[in-house]
Amino acid sequence: MSEHDPSPHDRSHDLSINRRDVMLVGVAMTGVTLVGFGETTAATPSAPVARPEMNLTIHFQVNGRPIEMSVDPRASLLDVLREQLDLTGAKKGCDHGQCGACTVHVDGRRVASCLTLAAKMEGRAALTIEGLTPADGPLHPMQQAFIDHDALQCGYCTPGQIMAAVACVQEGHASSEAEIREYMSGNICRCGAYVGIVAAIRDAAVTMGG
Amino acid sequence: MRPFTYARATSIDGIHAVQSATGARILAGGTTLYDLMKLGIETPGHLVDVTSIAGLDEIRSHQDELIFGALVTMSDAAAHPAVLQRAPVLAESLSKAASPQLRNMATLAGNLLQRTRCAYFRNGPEYPCNKRMPGSGCAALDGLDRGHALFGGSRSCIAVYPGDWAVALAALDATVDVHGSRGMRTLEVANLHRLPGDTPHLETVLEPDEMILNIRVPVGRLGQASTYHKIRDRESYAFALVSAAVALELDDGMVRQARIALGGVATRPWRVPAAEAALAGQRLDRAAALEAGRVAFADARPGQHNGFKVALGTAAVADALMIAAERSPSR
Repeated sequence: MSEHDPSPHDRSHDLSINRRDVMLVGVAMTGVTLVGFGETTAATPSAPVARPEMNLTIHFQVNGRPIEMSVDPRASLLDVLREQLDLTGAKKGCDHGQCGACTVHVDGRRVASCLTLAAKMEGRAALTIEGLTPADGPLHPMQQAFIDHDALQCGYCTPGQIMAAVACVQEGHASSEAEIREYMSGNICRCGAYVGIVAAIRDAAVTMGG
Repeated sequence: MRPFTYARATSIDGIHAVQSATGARILAGGTTLYDLMKLGIETPGHLVDVTSIAGLDEIRSHQDELIFGALVTMSDAAAHPAVLQRAPVLAESLSKAASPQLRNMATLAGNLLQRTRCAYFRNGPEYPCNKRMPGSGCAALDGLDRGHALFGGSRSCIAVYPGDWAVALAALDATVDVHGSRGMRTLEVANLHRLPGDTPHLETVLEPDEMILNIRVPVGRLGQASTYHKIRDRESYAFALVSAAVALELDDGMVRQARIALGGVATRPWRVPAAEAALAGQRLDRAAALEAGRVAFADARPGQHNGFKVALGTAAVADALMIAAERSPSR
């Protein structure tokens, strides 16, 4: 993202415009709740550090735990999970919603966390691979099935595959190999472990009662 | 990414005032807007998140009409029993688009407004693009145009409208209810998107302060005998090389009405009235279906690398017509 950051000149220009416009927003709107505004100053291009007063405060749940935190309005749910909450299971593959490595559940549905603005998580609940089972409990049937069927090689896509696969079964889309392939098409495995992945999902679907 | 302010709307009142005052962009699922903001192609200074507005996430099935709220997700609409039964072309256009993850995020109104996948548009300033930077030129005209338009292009732009849902809606004469500072108005989906002409950066007829609230689809005699036939480079999770949205009203094997719209090959959802007229009153068999496909592509203007879509599209239209006919209650 660093190459897209505005030059210092542009940034100061944006600051003045935005402050004025934010006031306009406050005057003009009824029914629009201004929950924050998002000027940030990047300390280094690769690690934007938001000035606290410019950040948004959001309240949401992650793996059953209530969280209140300050986020850069530009941040994705994926960035917040990985960089601020140390939940590094969800992976950044393409960062454009094309590969599925970042798949988590929000309010019980699978989403691409890289294209989910963290700001939109207010009042919502996220489930990541870390919260799929209690930390000291047995593996989830889907995790166990991925091991049993050798459904990975490098493993980078695996947390996203497993979160998508759990949703696939819960949605009732795991009744045949063809249906699994269709409803898992948003998760790319560049090692090509698809045969094992499909077998694992068929297996886990039975265990999960799908 | 350019910094922006983020505001959350709780009702539609006042959104147009905020848009007028600040140039704020509406954020729904974010699957297009946030994606293009990461690429530096969209650079809004203000976002208004409309996903907390109540009452815009419902599907209503009336006797002659399906009404979709703007914020219904693609996945909810694709799985809705009334949609599946009364207008399978709509359900298929949604379930054959994107991935399950994206369908859980993207909304029906946002989907209509998705922007082109033209690589020269998406890949930034090293390529001229009149859509991204008006007046800079079009790299696709003499470039890799395999994915570009055979219909509706201009000397300024041949970028394909990439969506499926709008193509299906255009086939069924759907309309959208739009709300803005001038109040409410209703637009035909088929007229929502502009031809690129000399102004390819202007993609729809919506005013900057307008927002789509509802999508209305008349489903009477037409709807049940319909399909969305989508041909892709791979079997799933890809944009259309060519697609055909087809709806038929048959009477004892004879075509009373046919509707055909093309996707993946035009700068906007592309109805083909000549092909529809060619079928009227005809007995629908394979030969008639293929002839309709040929008529549909008669005016195609292929470029250097996309000429294969004429034959592919002709067959896709024919196949779609035969699939839709199978679903007719009175064959």
